[in-house]
Amino acid sequence: MKLRLKIWRQKNRNDKGSFVSYSMDDVNPEMSMLECLDVLNETLIERGEEPVTFEHDCREGICGSCGFMINGIPHGPQRATTVCQLTMRHFKDGEELVIEPWRAGAFPMIKDLMVDRRALDRIIESGGYISVSTGNAPDGNDILIGKDTSDRAMDAAACIGCGACVAACPNASAALFTGAKITHLGVLPQGKIEAERRALGMVGQMNTEDFGSCTNIGECTAACPKEIPLEVIARMNQDYWRASAKRRDDSVKPVTPVTRWNAK
Amino acid sequence: MSTTAVGLRENRAPGFWQSTNGKKVVMAVTGAVMFAFIIGHLAGNLQVFEGPAKLNAYGNLLHSLGELLWPVRIILLLCIGLHITATVQLALRNKAARPVEYAAKKSINSTYASRTMYWSGPIILAFVIFHLLHLTAGYIHPGAAYIEGDVYHNVVSGFQVWWVSVWYIFAVSLLGLHLRHGFWSMFQSIGLNHPRHTPMLKKLALVLALLITLGYISIPLSVLAGFVK
Ligand code: FES
Repeated sequence: MKLRLKIWRQKNRNDKGSFVSYSMDDVNPEMSMLECLDVLNETLIERGEEPVTFEHDCREGICGSCGFMINGIPHGPQRATTVCQLTMRHFKDGEELVIEPWRAGAFPMIKDLMVDRRALDRIIESGGYISVSTGNAPDGNDILIGKDTSDRAMDAAACIGCGACVAACPNASAALFTGAKITHLGVLPQGKIEAERRALGMVGQMNTEDFGSCTNIGECTAACPKEIPLEVIARMNQDYWRASAKRRDDSVKPVTPVTRWNAK
Repeated sequence: MSTTAVGLRENRAPGFWQSTNGKKVVMAVTGAVMFAFIIGHLAGNLQVFEGPAKLNAYGNLLHSLGELLWPVRIILLLCIGLHITATVQLALRNKAARPVEYAAKKSINSTYASRTMYWSGPIILAFVIFHLLHLTAGYIHPGAAYIEGDVYHNVVSGFQVWWVSVWYIFAVSLLGLHLRHGFWSMFQSIGLNHPRHTPMLKKLALVLALLITLGYISIPLSVLAGFVK
């Protein structure tokens, strides 16, 4: 099949960047979007041009490395699918695909379709842990957990941290991501102990980063390749206000985004 | 700043009001208070269909509350102020959060109402100011003289001016749109979302928004059609 790829090219953060159109005449409909870019890159390398930079790792939709906008939708029009899993047969012959990177102040540009998503890592660092005792391994099934609870935790834990929620949100908010992390640990008994500190820490860090606020409109959950529900955001909000009301000290210390250190 | 620094720099955590989540909680609570007022106001206003005596008596009752009237007004003003302050601050932050716009961006899940909150809000505010000057203070009352205490006369003669009615219907429709998203959104902001209840809540939001809009609009329409004179 034939496709026209209109891809955002930008050398680095200080470059202005622009769209460049590439025509591909022989796209195999069974290829994934990333394989399509691989083919394009090979022809670019042969021609002595700079290949398109994009992130990828597992190519099976579980690592969260890949991701860019296709025709205005994160990870393309297919729901619950990452770009590495998106096959080209979902597009029409002769279609033009506008491909651009996630756009958010909290995700500074690195190159072409690759942005710096360490803001999400810093949110995880600020509370994405549970405390376990060292020593002998605990017996299996020592703590009983209901199926519905473990399902809820699992649904939230499915988040791969790709950043599509931030990209889809008109406010570039990381509420769905942060909510998923807070929920996945917070609903389980092992994670309950730190639930309040986690909410304060993660919400504190999220608000220290250049993310916008949640306006409850739900674009994120539709763009999410793992279909994380909006319920996790409510969970975050509730944990956060409860923890704020109870808190006794200022021990939660968000870190300044490293990407902002060089800013004048 | 030095680029050789290692180790992470720590900040104070943003306080409740500084956080986006905290501001949304404030918006939800103040929104709920205003929602309660909107319902009460509608219930009061619909007495226009029971004739001048009933409506004027209701108006006099409110004014005779005296000491109670101003505290209620102050609470409402406070809610409006907080609701708007939080919105403006969040809107500025949200704008800054995406410094480079997308060349192509599609909305795939959000409702029209939710995407137009920034428009419906300010227009409703402008309307509320007009509405207070029109029917509470009587500074702007085209068509006929404003008579202090004769609520019925003021309402009916006010709405007989066609553009006042059109402006009212337009603003109240936007209010309906605002509530259609706002009503369920406030539950989400304070952290109440349940896979079984939230879909019902969204439907309820639609029904309530429709009923409120139709309820309010019925007044100028009846005046224009001559049912109420
Ligand atoms: S490359 Fe791992 S999720 Fe796409």
